[in-house]
Amino acid sequence: MINFEIDGKPVSVPKNGTVMDGANQLGIYIPHFCYHKKLSIAANCRMCLVQVEKAPKPLPACATPAMEGMKVFTHSGQAVTAQKGVMEFLLINHPLDCPICDQGGECQLQDLAVGYGASSSRYTEAKRVVANKNLGPLISTDMTRCIHCTRCVRFGQEIAGIMELGMVGRGEHSEILAFVGKTVDSELSGNVIDLCPVGALVSKPFRYSARTWELSRRKSISPHCGLGSNLIVQIKQNRVMRVLPRENEEINECWLSDKDRFSYEGLNSEERLTKPMIKQGGVWQECDWQTALEFVANGLKDVKEKYGAESIGALGSAHSTLEELYLLQKLVRGLGSESVDHRVRQSDFRADSQMQGAPWLGMPIAEISQLKSLLVIGSTLRKDHPLLAHRIRQAVKHGAELNVINPIDDDLLTKVRNRAIVAPDKMISMLAEVLKAIAELKGVEIPDDAKNALSTVSASDTARAMAISLSDNKPAAIFIGNLAQHHPRYTDICKLAQHIAQISDIRFGVLGEAANSVGAYIAGAVPFDNRFGNRNADIAGDRHGGQGANASQMLGMDDAASGTGCKAYILLNLEPELDCYNTQRAVRTLAAADLVVMMSAYKSHAAIQDNYADVLLPIAPFTETSGTFISTEGRVQGFNGVVAPLGETRPAWKVLRVLGNILQLDGFDYETSEQVRADVLPAGNDVSAWLNSSLGSLAVNPIEAGKENKGSVGLQRIGEVPIYQADLIVRRAESLQRTRDAAAPLAWMPGSLMAQLGLQTEEVIRLKQGEGEVQLPVAQDDKLPANCIRVASAHPSTAALGGMFDQITVEKS
Amino acid sequence: MLSAESLKKIDYELTKYPADQKQSAVMSALAIAQDEKGWLTTETMDFVAEYLDMPSIAVYEVATFYTMYNLQPIGKYKITVCTNLPCALSGANEAVAHFREKLGIGFNETTTDGKFTLKEGECMGACGDAPVLLVNNKRMCSFMSNDKIDQLLEDLSK
Amino acid sequence: MNQPAQILLDGLNPSDPNDWRLKNYEQREGYAALRKILSEKIPPEKVIEEVKKSALRGRGGAGFPTGLKWSFMPKQYEGDKYLVCNSDEGEPGTFKDRDIMRYNPHMLIEGMLIGAYAMGIKAGYNYVHGEIWDVYERMEEAVDEARAAGYLGDNILDSDFSFQLYNHHGYGAYICGEETALLESLEGKKGQPRFKPPFPASFGLYGKPTTINNTETFASVPWIIRHGGDKFLQLGKPNNGGTKIFSVSGHVNKPGNYEVPLGTPFAALLEMAGGMRGGRKLKGCIPGGSSMPVLPGDVMMQTDMDYDSIAKAGSFLGSGAVIIMDDTTCMVRALERLSYFYYEESCGQCTPCREGTGWLYRIVHRIETGKGRMEDLDLLNNLADNIQGRTICALGDAAAMPVRAMIQHFRDEFAYHVEHKKCLV
Repeated sequence: MINFEIDGKPVSVPKNGTVMDGANQLGIYIPHFCYHKKLSIAANCRMCLVQVEKAPKPLPACATPAMEGMKVFTHSGQAVTAQKGVMEFLLINHPLDCPICDQGGECQLQDLAVGYGASSSRYTEAKRVVANKNLGPLISTDMTRCIHCTRCVRFGQEIAGIMELGMVGRGEHSEILAFVGKTVDSELSGNVIDLCPVGALVSKPFRYSARTWELSRRKSISPHCGLGSNLIVQIKQNRVMRVLPRENEEINECWLSDKDRFSYEGLNSEERLTKPMIKQGGVWQECDWQTALEFVANGLKDVKEKYGAESIGALGSAHSTLEELYLLQKLVRGLGSESVDHRVRQSDFRADSQMQGAPWLGMPIAEISQLKSLLVIGSTLRKDHPLLAHRIRQAVKHGAELNVINPIDDDLLTKVRNRAIVAPDKMISMLAEVLKAIAELKGVEIPDDAKNALSTVSASDTARAMAISLSDNKPAAIFIGNLAQHHPRYTDICKLAQHIAQISDIRFGVLGEAANSVGAYIAGAVPFDNRFGNRNADIAGDRHGGQGANASQMLGMDDAASGTGCKAYILLNLEPELDCYNTQRAVRTLAAADLVVMMSAYKSHAAIQDNYADVLLPIAPFTETSGTFISTEGRVQGFNGVVAPLGETRPAWKVLRVLGNILQLDGFDYETSEQVRADVLPAGNDVSAWLNSSLGSLAVNPIEAGKENKGSVGLQRIGEVPIYQADLIVRRAESLQRTRDAAAPLAWMPGSLMAQLGLQTEEVIRLKQGEGEVQLPVAQDDKLPANCIRVASAHPSTAALGGMFDQITVEKS
Repeated sequence: MLSAESLKKIDYELTKYPADQKQSAVMSALAIAQDEKGWLTTETMDFVAEYLDMPSIAVYEVATFYTMYNLQPIGKYKITVCTNLPCALSGANEAVAHFREKLGIGFNETTTDGKFTLKEGECMGACGDAPVLLVNNKRMCSFMSNDKIDQLLEDLSK
Repeated sequence: MNQPAQILLDGLNPSDPNDWRLKNYEQREGYAALRKILSEKIPPEKVIEEVKKSALRGRGGAGFPTGLKWSFMPKQYEGDKYLVCNSDEGEPGTFKDRDIMRYNPHMLIEGMLIGAYAMGIKAGYNYVHGEIWDVYERMEEAVDEARAAGYLGDNILDSDFSFQLYNHHGYGAYICGEETALLESLEGKKGQPRFKPPFPASFGLYGKPTTINNTETFASVPWIIRHGGDKFLQLGKPNNGGTKIFSVSGHVNKPGNYEVPLGTPFAALLEMAGGMRGGRKLKGCIPGGSSMPVLPGDVMMQTDMDYDSIAKAGSFLGSGAVIIMDDTTCMVRALERLSYFYYEESCGQCTPCREGTGWLYRIVHRIETGKGRMEDLDLLNNLADNIQGRTICALGDAAAMPVRAMIQHFRDEFAYHVEHKKCLV
């Protein structure tokens, strides 16, 4: 530690610490613009000049290393003169447009100008004018206001992992811009708006919609990916106007993904459902809640009487709250059915009977930064978990080795040590090879339940390199990504990964796809007895101990279950035509049911047009209800509604409670969502005992004869979920929908396949799965594995297709 | 995008730097590209970026920082005259005036026949030979009296 | 160029187009110093000791003792270290390195070899100013010659000393003459200076320990090794060892490079350069390159040409560029041109320099064009105060010092411009 003094106060900082670090520790504010605790030091704004004893000239606090015995003066005559001098230079070319600047009220320059600026200017020359740039649909520019602090440039280089902005030109003519004709497309781009200390980079969706001092700030939690980013939601007149990060060093630090930041536009979408609607005689009509709920209750009773309780099923999205999912399963179980699930994009449920707990990250999010080696299986990290990807990027920057097994080779914007880009069905054998290699390396036997399957496997060099990477660099971890969770052999992937982790003694985790992926298990939104829940007697009483239909069976997505399904469905916060593994079959199955109740914040086009729904109940999105999400690291985060429900919208937990009451079910007497939560969670909300990604004894299927290989091997679809299609809210966020990441799906395939099929780029082809077909233009991606076509799922233009990773056929049109 | 000959030159430059520091060759790569193409288009900079495994904006930063890169089409001969103080003390301004008169153009302008572009330069490190000028970045001409300027223009016009 | 006590330009025949070649250099005792070190296995610390003894000071402008700088390099460092020669000569008035490289390139190469040996460095770069392409090409050819003759490469002269040297060509940025900007430029980036610490000796090129010296500094080293540091020191005066090339430009009859022992009276140097053009009166002189404060002619005539004497007179020896201005020179116009230069060449990184250099230029331009105000003179001084010492690199100082010195020494002339809206001369 280095001991020194600032303004007469003693402070000590670690070796390599700076004067600024010491000042921060003491709570002494030194004015600054370019300095940011998460970015490299630039020392270019010169605002933080301070006096240092024995130094002939003022020194920048941000870049001056603390020295033993040093005496620093932040408010001495020399320091203040220097700071005022810099402020004058900053202001001479800065426009006096604060009254029309969105940054007004939260502008560092404005704030500091009050303290360090003069009341009038000595500058009588012409002011500089800088042309604005089109950086895309999210960031608006007023480049004349730029003070060249380069925070935005450094953010791209250091945090986002991609340099999209630069400072070009030199001297007074320098300006911040993107390369000619390019926009800023990073999924973390919105952070530059927060970083910009002036109004040069501001939010395009928010632009000119409110003054910052008119907004109230409310705390919330992101409903999107499993990270559980902490939010500040800003509202004006009962409307969400803007979302900002709420700093939490253990989760999102001071960042937000663009999805978390800009998806609020979806909350104000014109598609919001504000009144209950019933379809009568094929015609949709608005009605009051009483009518709608009675209709639902009667419908459920009818189905129960006619077909038995087990013909009732419920599917809830893992973007729903713990309370909502708990009451959903409680309702269905109260009616006598075990058929409830949240895993609508999962296709392999073989492990259900062997689950030991809720699959989770396997470690705290913050510890990812300390990893020295990782194996990520089946994930487009950047797009599925933008800020988790950032943590991994930082780990790699500090020497961690990233190993990847994935069918897609999109740039992860970080160094990849070993990569196996293989067809979805080859991911199993690749993983088996790594297991083989690690067992050889460690000189241990292949575990019994994998022995048979691995008997014909021999490790490739890549597999061996991955094994060495995982065993030589500790701490290490294996993560199962979204794509692997949707994979038709998810169970085998899990099991193999688990063995690798056990043998090499490293962490093993499942990356939570949705905000409440862990919570959905804990809420019991699964069709099997949740033994791992270790619940108290009351909750155990909710369960019947039987085995209900899983999502795949309920929606007829499983080959074996094709044509079956339930007679009545309650869908919570779902659009089945976009949110399921096999959307084609899901919609067909739903259409054949007697009753489909959709609890949704939106009037989904498909629900109405495809005619599968019978009732629409307007429920509150996360900003209009209280609730709880349990993040992928098992962190329980409760939140309150930040605005009143729109129109006649009601929080879903209340709707389910009333429904329970109407159906005269026991245990639906809750008055607050906290009471619901208290029923689910143990005192103190510590769920760690229920977190476990491991599977019990379960044999790995033969490596090369998996279910996807049945019949002739044709072309495989890689049907990943695009970042801005993952849930109902983000689909309706207009600005995000104009980004490059939201571009309409194309039929991506390697050049070799195009040649084989005689296809040209941009040629429109017919893609078929099952009975459905769509037409899409061809695009070339030579990094895709042979015989694979990447056709995104979760998008209206591909909804008519079948399974996300099933066979697909191509025809010229 | 660039000729085999240019690529060969760039590859030679690359041998000067450690294998993981390809970016070090960006200045010479841009200069070589400019020699071939006359000026640096967006496509050329993009190509160089890809060739050296750099973000294109980083290439653009370099191209806009160093003054000898041409980011706009220019005449066949770019004549850059140093007008800095030591040269100005020894006739640089008179030389510039002579160019303006002979060519009918000012700084940053190109003659209508597309032959000459006149540029104002900063110190070329040859103040003892003032006035000095550069033709197309590479050929330095010293002691440029009006007579010598006339001679130079005549030679270049051939 | 035929005086005694020349080192760098000694015995050269610029009219012989092949005089720069390796063969000729060897005839001038070229590479003898390197041979001596390698054959006698002189320990590296001895080499540094010798350079320290010589009192050789950095010839690029800052005048930092070379031997001391060399001793800062970590000795027991695992991994790469770099040696960089700063031949990005662009300080207005300076044109000495160009002559060393075109007439005596091997002397530079040998100097770098000795430096590399002394500091245990295996690779080096010579960063050549963008505007002197023919000199860059000559350096390329010279390096090839040296490599072919076994002076560069692996196991030089069959010793276990290896050193690779490459030339890097600049492309038009004055700021790259600043050593850390030069490193950034070598890394393929904009030439924006780095803040210090860390210094290049610990974090230099590619983040590795690096020593950067000026061309003339390196070129002085072989002689020091051949004749001893003491002898070099005796050529000049205490604390100002050796000879120095002065680049004389402006209003003299014979502008050019003159290598003289440090401590030579300015009057003698002026005489060597043929005296004042047209026999006019010396009005002012910038003795160390355009960034240094101007001195009035009468002060200059009393001054000797060495680091300490010029500093005593109120300026700096800098790069040894002597810009001579006679009594026909309008000092307002001269300052306007210099201010324009710094405004154009500011890298744009630090606020005071990016914003301040343009402001300075615009005010001086107003005064020159008859739109000045009397309070502008104090404003200029105050702005110069607010720039100088407030930036990452010395370009801010370089822009500020001429302004202050010009107003200090020629205030009347500026006032005349403001009052009469025209020039005094």
